[in-house]
Amino acid sequence: MQGNLLIRLGATSLSVLQDLGRMGIFLFQALRGLFRTPFRFGEFVKQMHFIGAGSFAVIFFTAASTGMVLGLQGYYSMHKFGAEGMLGSAVALTLIMELGPVLTALMVAGRAGSAMCAELGIMRISEQIDALDCMAVDPFRYLISPKFLAAILSVPLLTVLFDVVGIGGGYIAGVKLMGVNGGSYLEGMRSSVTNHDLQLGLIKSFVFGLLVIWICTGRGYFVHLIRGAGFGAESVSRVTTQAVVLSSISVLVFDYLLTAVLL
Amino acid sequence: MTAVAIEFRGVSKSFDKKDGGRQVILDQVDFVIPRGGTTVIAGGSGQGKSVTLKLVLGLMQPDGGQILVNGEDVTGVRGRALEQLRSRFGVLFQGSALFDSLSVYENVALPLRERTSKGEDEIREQVMASLAQLELVGHEDKFPAQLSGGMRKRVGLARALQLKPEIMLFDEPTTGLDPVMTREIYQLFVRTQEQIGYTSVIVSHDIPRVFNLADQVIILNQGRTDLFTSPEAIQWSEEPHIRRFVKTTMGNIYQSHLVEDSLGVNNTLQDRQR
Ligand SMILES: Nc1ncnc2c1ncn2[C@@H]1O[C@H](COP(=O)(O)OP(=O)(O)O)[C@@H](O)[C@H]1O
Ligand SMILES: [Mg+2]
Repeated sequence: MQGNLLIRLGATSLSVLQDLGRMGIFLFQALRGLFRTPFRFGEFVKQMHFIGAGSFAVIFFTAASTGMVLGLQGYYSMHKFGAEGMLGSAVALTLIMELGPVLTALMVAGRAGSAMCAELGIMRISEQIDALDCMAVDPFRYLISPKFLAAILSVPLLTVLFDVVGIGGGYIAGVKLMGVNGGSYLEGMRSSVTNHDLQLGLIKSFVFGLLVIWICTGRGYFVHLIRGAGFGAESVSRVTTQAVVLSSISVLVFDYLLTAVLL
Repeated sequence: MTAVAIEFRGVSKSFDKKDGGRQVILDQVDFVIPRGGTTVIAGGSGQGKSVTLKLVLGLMQPDGGQILVNGEDVTGVRGRALEQLRSRFGVLFQGSALFDSLSVYENVALPLRERTSKGEDEIREQVMASLAQLELVGHEDKFPAQLSGGMRKRVGLARALQLKPEIMLFDEPTTGLDPVMTREIYQLFVRTQEQIGYTSVIVSHDIPRVFNLADQVIILNQGRTDLFTSPEAIQWSEEPHIRRFVKTTMGNIYQSHLVEDSLGVNNTLQDRQR
């Protein structure tokens, strides 16, 4: 009984290690694919459009509602101490350093990451990736690297959009609805947000973009090798769910780690 | 250039089974596929025909033994060498493996766009010529999901032929097609082979028809291979597993004369008990 447990533990650890190793090599190959010629610029633009422009609406509404909630909630807490003047600073810092990068990455994972994972998974099980391999066309250069570059660039851009719209939402809730002084909202923001805070937000959004695209494309690409995922359409749907969950958790974990290290 | 296109030397391949055992697909298999001409790899479903092709292409690695292509050992090759190896091959996959988000035209043009420096005009000319040859003109803007099985195979064939391969691998090219379409596909093989001069390896369980094309037939059964250089040799074989295979794929008309002599024609029940 005990031996059996040990064997199972060993087998699981081995498969996790194997998985990590595969994903590490995958990341390396995807990044190397960026420098292989000819770079597929058209595909890159298409992916930019899909991740970036396609996520515009969902980011806009998430950011607006988040900002407004922050404005209301912040007003309510600060009003108790007569510190409404700090509202702008509180909303802006929360958005720029935490909620902007995190929520943007989560939205992108749910919207674009899942779609890419499913696309690659289907290409894998219908032998389309094998067909690319057989034509000696590097699937990384052809399929994956353009997605990587698009995600690494568009997630920070979407994060900036999120921050701006969120701050606007906070302004509407705090100033227009609750009557906080507009000048102090803006001035509080200007005096408290430092360059370092902006950099932290930017670094986070780069890292999150990379994490999301890495996990989502990697899971789809290796759908046939993932233990317990099953076969066919079912394996793709399972692995897609798994990819979104896994990338969301990684974003949250890395958010803590980056904050702890860089703050 | 050697006279041998592909050679298997003591190649073994097995997979883990769910219950913890091993499923042996190839057990120290040796065979030679000569350059030019046509070799048929036959065998029942799940006997490892597709796995054999994947081993040749380096999509899977054998557990042991050597696989030689043009006399060079290709087991374990990676990176650029693997790309070089694969560029000698054209492959028609069992499920056609067309890129389903690309149109017929884009599918066929893909190898030319990605692997050659040809301009778009030249590519269009070559692709349209291939499509005309395979009777696909008028369908070039359709997507794979809008095509019939036979059309998909023809698009797959057109795509595989674009880079003028030395060796063509066909994985069950006619499975699921009606007899007319099957004959047409085989005629296409003959015609394109005459033009390009590739070595052809056809995986099939469609033995009777494919016999007319084959210079040799390799039968895969339970990890072993048997090589036959004529249709008669297969029909006359006394090996029980070959006889069983012959009977299921060809029916009783192909029964060995030995059996016919001793048991009388169509005495299938007794024959099975032998
Ligand atoms: N990647 C794989 N992992 C485990 N088993 C496999 C794999 N590929 C094929 N097999 C098994 O190997 C056997 C031969 O498969 P295949 O070569 O596809 O058969 P066929 O002769 O019908 O083409 C089958 O039993 C199949 O289940
Ligand atoms: Mg097969």
